[in-house]
This record gives sequence, C-alpha cells and structure tokens, in this order.
Amino acid sequence: MSKIPSPTDVKKRVQDNVIWRSVFRPGSIYRKGYRDTSRDRALAAMNNVLYHLHPVKVKRHGLKLTYTYCLGGTSFFLFILLTVTGIFLMFFYRPTAGAGSEFAFQDMQNLDQTIQFGALVRNMHRWAAHLMVLTTFLHMARVFYHGAYKPPREFNWVVGVILLLLTLLLAFTGYLLPWDQLALWAVAVGTSMMGYTPVFGQQVQFVLLGGVEIGPETLLRWYVLHVLLLPFVLTIFLAVHFWRIRKDGGISGPL
Amino acid sequence: MAEEVEVDQEVYDELIAAGKSERIARAKAKAAAMRKKKAAAGEQMGPREASAPQAPAPKAKAAAGADAAEGGAVATKSRSGDGNGAGNGALTPQERQARVAAALQQKGGGGGPQPGRSTKLGGQDHTHRLLAMVPPTGIQQIRGKQDDKVYTWPHLITAEFVCLMAVTAVTTVFSALVNAPLGDLANANLTPDPSKAPWYFMGLQEMLRYLHPMVAGVTLPTVFLVGLMAFPFMDKNPSVRPENRKTAYTIFTFFLVFWAVLTMAGSFFRGPGFNWVWPWVDGLWFTL
Repeated sequence: MSKIPSPTDVKKRVQDNVIWRSVFRPGSIYRKGYRDTSRDRALAAMNNVLYHLHPVKVKRHGLKLTYTYCLGGTSFFLFILLTVTGIFLMFFYRPTAGAGSEFAFQDMQNLDQTIQFGALVRNMHRWAAHLMVLTTFLHMARVFYHGAYKPPREFNWVVGVILLLLTLLLAFTGYLLPWDQLALWAVAVGTSMMGYTPVFGQQVQFVLLGGVEIGPETLLRWYVLHVLLLPFVLTIFLAVHFWRIRKDGGISGPL
Repeated sequence: MAEEVEVDQEVYDELIAAGKSERIARAKAKAAAMRKKKAAAGEQMGPREASAPQAPAPKAKAAAGADAAEGGAVATKSRSGDGNGAGNGALTPQERQARVAAALQQKGGGGGPQPGRSTKLGGQDHTHRLLAMVPPTGIQQIRGKQDDKVYTWPHLITAEFVCLMAVTAVTTVFSALVNAPLGDLANANLTPDPSKAPWYFMGLQEMLRYLHPMVAGVTLPTVFLVGLMAFPFMDKNPSVRPENRKTAYTIFTFFLVFWAVLTMAGSFFRGPGFNWVWPWVDGLWFTL
C-alpha cells in the first residue's frame, strides 16, 4: 500500500524541480516562500513583471484615493478591458458594407440577438469606451490641478495630451463600426469639419474617408485604424508615459 | 598569514551540545582558541582602564609581532575588548570621555611630535579625537527631506486591485442593465434630424453653430491642443500649491467650464435643425 504524500511533500515536489525553478526567479516568493517581512515585500515587487511598472516603494500620499482618484489607472485598465472585449467582438464582426453585403450591420444584429454573451460584451465595449474618454479627461484635469505637469514632468504631460487625443480618435473610429444611422451621421458631422483644413482640406478628407464621402472603404479603413494602428500607437505612448512617471520621480506631490 | 587555525575542542563540543549550529560553534571555538593564545602571550583582552593607551602599546606590539589584527586603531581594539564583557561594542559616555581625556593627556604630556603647538591650541591640536564624542546625527548631512514611502506590495497593488475590480463590476452591471444603441442600417440618402457627433465632439459641433467651420473645426481645436501641450513650458511658476497658482487655476478652469458648457449645450439643448430646445419641454435628442 503506497503512502499518501502529505501536502508538504507535494509542495516540495512541485517546487523543487527544474521547471518550477525556470519559471520563478531565484528571489521569487514562489520559490522562497513568503513571510510578511520588509524583505519579502521588496522581493515580491522585484521578482514580478509588474516591476516594470512599479518600484519597490511608493510615496505614501499617492495611495490616498482623494489624491489620484485612481483615474490614470482606471483609464489604463479600461484600455485593457476594451482590448479584451474588442478581441471577442472581432470574432463576430466583418467590416463590410454596401448593397448585398451589409455584413457589418448584420453582424451587429447577430451580436445583439443570437451570439452568447454578444450583447453583454458589445455593451461593455461601448460603455467602457465612453468611460475611458471621461476618465482620461478627468485624469488630465486632476494632473493639472495638482501642478503635476511642472518640471521635470513637462514632457510626460505632452505625452498625456497625445494619449488623450489617441483615446478620442479610438473612440471616434469605433463609433462608425456598427454601421447604423447613428454611426454614419455622427461620423459625417465629425469628418465634414476636416474638409475645412487649410490648403489640403480635400486631400485630408479623402485619405481619411478612403473616398469623397463615407462609404464601405471608410468602414474598412476606420476598422483597421481602430483595431490595429491606433491601439499600437497608443500602447507605445502608454509605455513612454509609464516609464516617464518612474523616471520623473514617481507620483507628484504632495501639495 | 596562512596559519592553521586551532579550534577549542572543549568549547566546540559544549556549543554543539547546546544545540548551536556547526558553523557558529566552530567560529566561537576558533575565537576562544585565539583568546587563549593571546592570553598566554600576555596580551590584555579585558576592558581597559582609562589610562591604558599609554602603557601597553609597546608591549602588545612586541608580543603579537606581525599579527594583522594588532594594526587596528586604539578605539577599535578596545571596543572589541568591551564586547567581551558588558553590552555589545558601544562605549558608554563615561568611558568615551575617559578615553578622550587620556588621549589628550598623553599628547599634552610631552609625547606629541610638536610640543610647542600644544600650548598654542590649549593642548587640543589633535581635534579629530573629539569625533568620538560627536553624535552620528551631527556628522551626517541630510540634504532632501526623506520621502514617506510604503511598499508597493501589498499597499499599492491591493489598492489597484480593488479599483480594477470596482471598474469591472460597474461596467459589467451597467452593461447588463443598459443596452448599447443600434439604429437602422446606415443610409447615406436619409439624413436624420438632428445629426449629432459623439458627445466628446459636441463642443466642436456647438462652436460650428457660431463660427466658420474652418475656425471651429480646425483652427480652434489645433490651438487648444497645442496650447495644452505647451502649457507646462509657459507656466514658469514652480509652486504646486493652489494658493500660489490662482492665474493658472483661473485659465484652466475657464476653458474646462467653457468646454463643458458647449458640450452640454450641444448634447442636451439642441433638437431638430440643431435649434435650441429645452430638454424638459421638447424632449432629448441625445444618444451615447
């Protein structure tokens, strides 16, 4: 009769092998175990991928909810939530319009009516998008009122304004994709203004719409902008934004 | 000096029996053997008397010969000696004072290299000896104020996780309750009335009502964006305190309110023909 191994034996066997040790770094709490000491708290931060984002210690006042209102973090998290829900939606959506092939609009109806969790995920994607525009905007206001754009953080403020602009563009390009009356005419109003750009207004509008007016080409173009180009650019600026927060001395303040 | 280090077997066995680890027992036994050896050579190991530095120096040198440990300063040596007896290493203020007094006496008593100088400086030419009495905080220079910091794990990570959960919960619950709008199929020949941009561009559309499209749609947004980016370079005020930033607060708040008013006006107070309506009278023409 073989002896049933104790939990300690199992833990030892699971952790004491070449695979476990290759996954977790030498100082990792998953190798050494964790006791609530200053040393292990530091090691927990250092041997984690989040060490790219967070230092071992942060200023105490930055933890106060009434200082940051968690707005920057919420914006970032909403971006992740939008990526996840967006990937789900991509499985069921074709950016195709035009007589006889109104797939974009049909796919939206399918998402809302027949696909399991389709309506919920689409709702989440839309509401989270609106919320992200709002939180990014409020984050900017918060940073302004705390004077957090002052040296050495001027450049990070500039990056932040670019991120706000990219967020608006992401929201706006996504607005067209359902290809309903609401989408078409909201975008028509927005893009008609671009035609008034001095000197090459017509050319700007033509490039953005993929034609002289909004049509199936615009839908495909904005789809690619929405799911690939803009998130890609936003991610790069986001990386710079986070990197500069740490390089510029962490969170600003206290006032 | 690569000599065989003896181990005091008796002490070693005793410590092992007392449950000490092999490494600690060996180290302590080694130290014990060394103490015995030095005691046999006539070297003084216990706490020194206040007058000690005067007398035993030549004797110790002669006895230990080239022993490296002997090269240490007076203070180091006697401190380790103290460690044997009372509490660890640190000198009591009385001991320290006595030590300094003795050292000064020795120098002033004619042992110094320049007896003439001692009269000029009142017998205190070797002022560095006084460092023994200066508290450490008097030597360290603290430049910046120390930040009040906490560990990222668990403090920040926990807060972020709670925030993340809250955002997920709010978004999920709201999405379960409120459906995203979906109108009829897009039709380029059927213009709805009113046609409205998404709410974040309603400010622009509202301005379009009063200004030429080139100004409202292109020039002003560009000026706003560039101004926003240039703000940190124009604001030379180094203070972050609200009471010192009245101008900056005023300018920013003005634009914030201006923009909010335009957005709300366009979103809630514009109806068919993009004419002014009162939402509580004529209804709401607004879709998220």
